[in-house]
Amino acid sequence: MDTNRRNFLKVAGISTLAGLGGTTIVNRLVAGVDEAHAAAPAGSGVERKTSETIRYGLVIDIKKFHQDPSLGEKAVNACHQIHNVPKFPEKRDEIKWIWMTNFENAFVESPNLYQDEANQTHQLPILCNHCDNPPCVRVCPTKATYRYEDGIVGMDYHRCIGCRFCMAACPYGSRSFNWRDPQAYIENINRDYPARTRGVVEKCNFCVERVQAGLQPACVEAVGDSKALVFGNLKDPHSEIRQILKEKQTIQRNPSLGTIPSVFYIV
Amino acid sequence: MYDSGKIIAGLLIFVLFVTIPVWYNRGSAGAVPELELPKDATTCVLPAAEIRAEHMKLLNVWRDEVLRDGDRGTFEIDGKQYQKSLMLTCMKCHTSKVRFCDRCHDYTSVNPYCWNCHLAPVE
Repeated sequence: MDTNRRNFLKVAGISTLAGLGGTTIVNRLVAGVDEAHAAAPAGSGVERKTSETIRYGLVIDIKKFHQDPSLGEKAVNACHQIHNVPKFPEKRDEIKWIWMTNFENAFVESPNLYQDEANQTHQLPILCNHCDNPPCVRVCPTKATYRYEDGIVGMDYHRCIGCRFCMAACPYGSRSFNWRDPQAYIENINRDYPARTRGVVEKCNFCVERVQAGLQPACVEAVGDSKALVFGNLKDPHSEIRQILKEKQTIQRNPSLGTIPSVFYIV
Repeated sequence: MYDSGKIIAGLLIFVLFVTIPVWYNRGSAGAVPELELPKDATTCVLPAAEIRAEHMKLLNVWRDEVLRDGDRGTFEIDGKQYQKSLMLTCMKCHTSKVRFCDRCHDYTSVNPYCWNCHLAPVE
């Protein structure tokens, strides 16, 4: 290159100024665009709006399940039957949307030494907690699981790729993976509801198809008048569920994790 | 060019080989698929030409509206309300997957995976 020192310094100086000035201009533009998008809080799947008026919740009365052990079976069977949940012979393939378990498995943050007799002998039902801050929604790479405005955490099996990240993220173990094709193992097929295919994760959906039509979830309807399960709108101060929450002391599963579940247990 | 005889012969064989999909099955396209239409309904959700072309997209739109947006609103045809659902609307009229859906799908060699989950009606 045929240039002298003076020309070289001129070119270098102008390029530096252009470079610095250009970066500042581009950053300003990008920041302007970012501000427009910064309205939605990042992460936790809360890009969806949250309804001011509806948040569905469930209250489970543990004592009623102790007094009448058949209620648990009724609730589980109603749910699994209506949603074509398969029943595999091996425990490792098991799929469950709602199931009965011991107190110490449900409430791992509670002290379990010298437990009372009722909790030692009887079980209680647990299901997806439909958290307000769901870790499963946050980690799903395809947003196959998402949170409705009314608080229900739904699943879109069309989009699920079966990575099982949601299963790792859920602290409650509510999710099950279809290791095998479930259709052959459904005991009583409900022809009005689809089944799932091999390779997707499934969980309780709070009977969103029934709830959005104004009905109660299948498990709640199965236990009937015993009021062992009460479903309702947590944001409606006059609803039955809020009355119960006002009168009875309730606990939740793993409260310290900050998932803000929608399922309450009356001790 | 050198060896032009061999080259041109080889080229001809190559072209014939590569265009096998075009000429090998000529004349055996098979009959246009015959669909068994439902007896009790006159119109589908959309007019026939439209539904034939758009049913894939329609089902996707329904899926997104019902599942993602929670919009389970019904639509009306001939005075009856219908839901946006494959199993509860489409398959209630088209009661045979084998004699309706599969006819065109087999002809065009399309394998939609809808039926892996959305239980097909009992044949």
